Amino acid sequence: MIPIEEIYSDPRIVENLNACINCGVCTALCPAADYYDYEPRYIERVVLSHDPVALEELMSSDYIWYCGQCMSCKARCPRKNAPGVVVSALRYWSQKTGLFAKSKMGRNQVLIKQSIGQNIYDLGYCVHPSKLTKEAHPEQGPVWEWIFNNREKAYSLVNANIDKEGAGPMRKISDDAVNEIHSILKGTGALDLWETIENSVKETSINNKK
Amino acid sequence: MEANNEPKKRIYWREYVKDIPKNDYFYFRSCIRQTFFPGAEQMFLKILKNNLNINYKDDPNLTTCTGIGYHSDIIPLETVHTMVARHFSLMNESGYSNFVSSCVTTFGVMTEALEMWHEFPETLEKTRENLYKTTGRTFEPPKAIAHASDIIYLYRNEIANQLKYRLINQYTGEPLKVVDHVGCHYSKIFPQHGIGGAEFPKVLSEMVKAWGGEIIDYPERRHCCGFGFRQYFIKESRGYSLTHSQTKFESMEPYHPDFIITNCPGCNMFMDRWQYVIQETTGKTYSEDDNGIPVLTYEEIAALLLGYDPIEIGLFMHQTNVLPLLEKLGIDFDKEQFIAMRAESMQLQPQM
Repeated sequence: MIPIEEIYSDPRIVENLNACINCGVCTALCPAADYYDYEPRYIERVVLSHDPVALEELMSSDYIWYCGQCMSCKARCPRKNAPGVVVSALRYWSQKTGLFAKSKMGRNQVLIKQSIGQNIYDLGYCVHPSKLTKEAHPEQGPVWEWIFNNREKAYSLVNANIDKEGAGPMRKISDDAVNEIHSILKGTGALDLWETIENSVKETSINNKK
Repeated sequence: MEANNEPKKRIYWREYVKDIPKNDYFYFRSCIRQTFFPGAEQMFLKILKNNLNINYKDDPNLTTCTGIGYHSDIIPLETVHTMVARHFSLMNESGYSNFVSSCVTTFGVMTEALEMWHEFPETLEKTRENLYKTTGRTFEPPKAIAHASDIIYLYRNEIANQLKYRLINQYTGEPLKVVDHVGCHYSKIFPQHGIGGAEFPKVLSEMVKAWGGEIIDYPERRHCCGFGFRQYFIKESRGYSLTHSQTKFESMEPYHPDFIITNCPGCNMFMDRWQYVIQETTGKTYSEDDNGIPVLTYEEIAALLLGYDPIEIGLFMHQTNVLPLLEKLGIDFDKEQFIAMRAESMQLQPQM
């Protein structure tokens, strides 16, 4: 059973269901609806239904992973709702309950945890030049390949401070600051969430091989 | 005198003008800006110091805001709130109270946290408790929060008075035609916190007008660049990101833009790099000279027009070549060095 009461008291759900009339403005302008077979108004409709079976089905599907989090929906909703924020909450609860692992797109969260999550944990940045290889990011083109291979030169030309103590762009984040991040990640549930993501994906992979 | 009973024309964008702090900025850097266009952040600080005589604090103890992790769904709400609170705590320690962020997602995450703490006071209490429990810190929210583009918008006329170059094509004497792209998280989450809101993009277009250029109003002006957070980070869904940038390029192409100006670190990188991918995969470019449309940040443009050196600004870090724009503007710079660096980075023989 999904924790219905907790989900419906998530402030992101509470503040984004204001008298939704399913007018579809969010769907008309949604970039994800352009690209995928996706309708943000369907998300609102299911959440508004308070039907635990339908909600669990939604949280176990690819459907909640289509949104690109641009929040264009918020800007034009006549009721000031943001289906994109509701999606954030559903994705959190989907991972927290392990339901995300039933969806192929959901299982890809392990890749985000292993890249962005690891960068935050190890370096204190979400993105860091040393982690953006040509193999992982061919779209970055030859200019990035050159910057990647000549980091010291490229960053010093613009007075950046890559991997060094002190202030400035791409400075080394001090051990004290990184330790504070570790403590925050641990004390606010991020590390538990990451463990759930890894374990649920591993378990699904083992079951699929059986 | 006869009374004028004509109804006054309503100027909608004027309903979205906020108070922008005038001095003493606590500057918060962006993970993406520092990675891809670090010179832009350095130029922003130089302009504050050298051209506007403004105080700021660049605190090395700041870290990521974790906003990318939050919108990629691996950072829980309580975690991002506590990270935001840590940054406010550092600001409190420094004695500053005007928070200025380089990244629009940081700006969005912070305005969202402040709004949520206001609407749901228990989340503020929980954040205070979490911050104290995990770091021993306490905090107070800032008096004002702004995006760095708000600051350049605020001082656009003072900057205009110091310009060495204007946005004029030196060959034709005509104003350059400019596409502005405002990052979604600047004004779509809370339109009242963005100049012009989400519907009336003014923060960049007013800079362009003040500096002599002409803004192009094209159909997909408000469309997202396509970042999509997880959609981009996961290779198999990266086509999402490309598709939306392409939608924008196709829509702006008939208006022949001379360059694109952005206020979001991610948008700048995507609109620069996806032009390369489209050119490589289809042969298509979106400019008449087959170069592609240069994509620059507002800090880079301001610095360029004020006479800072294109290499120090970091224009060699762009994939879509900026050289045709420098020539149109008549910028006096070491062209040979720029071409040599470009050739080295593109693994080509330099052609003078």
